[in-house]
Amino acid sequence: MKRVALYAAALGFVVFAGFPFYWMLITSFKQNRDLYVGASDTSHIPWIFNDPPTLEHVKLLFGQTDFPRWVLNTLVVVVAVVVITVAVAVPAGYSLARLAGRWGERLGMGIFFTYLIPPTLLFVPFSRLVSLLGLQDSLGALILIYPTITIPFCTWLVMGFLRSVPWDIEEQAMIDGYSRLAVILKVAPRLIVPGILTVVVFTFTLVLQEFVYALTFISSVDKMTVSLGVPIALVRGDVYHWGALMAAALFTSIPLAIVYNAFMDRFIQGFTMGAVKG
Amino acid sequence: MKPHRTIADREDVLGAIMLAPSLVYVILLVGVPFAFAILLSFSDATAGSLHFGWAGLRNYAAILGDPIFLRALRNSAIVTVGSQLLVVVLATAAAQVLRATFRGKRFARFVLLLPWAVPVSLAAIAWTWIFDSTFSVINWTLRAAGLMHGWLYWLGDPALALVAIIIVQAWRIFPFATVIVLAGLSSIPQEIVEAAIVDGAGFWRRLFQVELPLLMPVVAVAVLFGVVYTATDLGVVYILTGGGPANTTHVLPTLAFQRGILGADLGQGAAIAVFLLPFLIVVAVAMLRLARHTEVGAR
Repeated sequence: MKRVALYAAALGFVVFAGFPFYWMLITSFKQNRDLYVGASDTSHIPWIFNDPPTLEHVKLLFGQTDFPRWVLNTLVVVVAVVVITVAVAVPAGYSLARLAGRWGERLGMGIFFTYLIPPTLLFVPFSRLVSLLGLQDSLGALILIYPTITIPFCTWLVMGFLRSVPWDIEEQAMIDGYSRLAVILKVAPRLIVPGILTVVVFTFTLVLQEFVYALTFISSVDKMTVSLGVPIALVRGDVYHWGALMAAALFTSIPLAIVYNAFMDRFIQGFTMGAVKG
Repeated sequence: MKPHRTIADREDVLGAIMLAPSLVYVILLVGVPFAFAILLSFSDATAGSLHFGWAGLRNYAAILGDPIFLRALRNSAIVTVGSQLLVVVLATAAAQVLRATFRGKRFARFVLLLPWAVPVSLAAIAWTWIFDSTFSVINWTLRAAGLMHGWLYWLGDPALALVAIIIVQAWRIFPFATVIVLAGLSSIPQEIVEAAIVDGAGFWRRLFQVELPLLMPVVAVAVLFGVVYTATDLGVVYILTGGGPANTTHVLPTLAFQRGILGADLGQGAAIAVFLLPFLIVVAVAMLRLARHTEVGAR
């Protein structure tokens, strides 16, 4: 009886969480005449393939839309933002965890709190800044602004990560005659690799997900990122190409889902800030 | 050689140098714009020109007398509170399920995390299709099951559209809350739970009288982030309804975007966004308190 309740609850959650993805999947490969049957016709079951699946929407998406271009734009922004974030946040996190002493904790908390200031509060002043710098409608605007989200969170992540790494190795190196600087340059990088990996992954997922700033700064279709282009520019006029739209959503979700599944626990440690002892 | 060595061993100098880029970036590109956002709300700045004139409280007077704004403020509160109530219930229940061992658990966990991984804008477009006025699969299922004879215009009716928005927000945030609550559950000392079992406490008593009280700080963290994510989210409403029908479903971020960016009235857009601050201040204060509390326990 208890088992039955457990499985029923698990099934319920899986259906609620997964149903939109099933819907993306089935829409992506359905023929149009199977897709566009009004829901008032109860004899036509929309949950299954009534006609054989088709690749027509996928071909449309990759062949006749700007989707490949958006993927490329997204990758350009990802690489640039990852480089900036790692270069800025990793040393800062190390400094807060190892060098700043008593102040480290408070400064780190202060930097983390800026992560709570949302894009929807900042997009108005940023739109002014971006046009002053002449960056409107360019990927440069996104590369400049996205680190405002990634740097606070990643500085915090690296700091938290380093506090769980024992000091011993670095101390031993200093006893062996390394200067503090030599430790930072030669010993610390090896210790910090898993932390850097988390930073890279977080930055990657964030850039893929960001919508507000992209919507504010980018207006040309060929400059868009995936998360902006798909909902905004794949819809031409009043004609929704639902098959292609859902295929785009599906193909973007898959890599993110895999990455999240692997890294979720690390992110959560960052969010719970010691409210949970790991 | 000597002076070089001293600097290479000066932890305060090295620390400052390594911290500086991060601190400068955050101050210049978060702190200053944040102050500027508040300043803008007292100005008559527009997107087209560089003119910046003091407008005093005129923007605030304008929006406070505007029924569309008041409606957006109310919607923001309704959506945030409604979705977070759902999230707490769903996440606590889902964490109980995922804590048990059963076949297919890895798959269940994977699927449960999906809504959190997918970009907001893409999830919102998928839900737009699910709520479509002609092809809604929800309507089909309700009718086929004989539960409904009429028709639900999910995104065309102001009240239903709010329900739809709450569902989508809860859907996308509860996985995150679930994982946080799970982490909290695993940190409850096993002795306490065992002691409760020995004392004859059943599942529900254990849940409500032992585990939930211990979980409070963790659930609070989940809710606080959930409030920030929901109250400040633009994508879901922008894509699902665009604030329509007839400006009835705007929330603060979408209205700020419409006035400030599309309407080029930076001053008014900033003033609308400033009304997000109360949400954020409550969250920030609560978090600081929580951090202080748990620090005492953790050290």
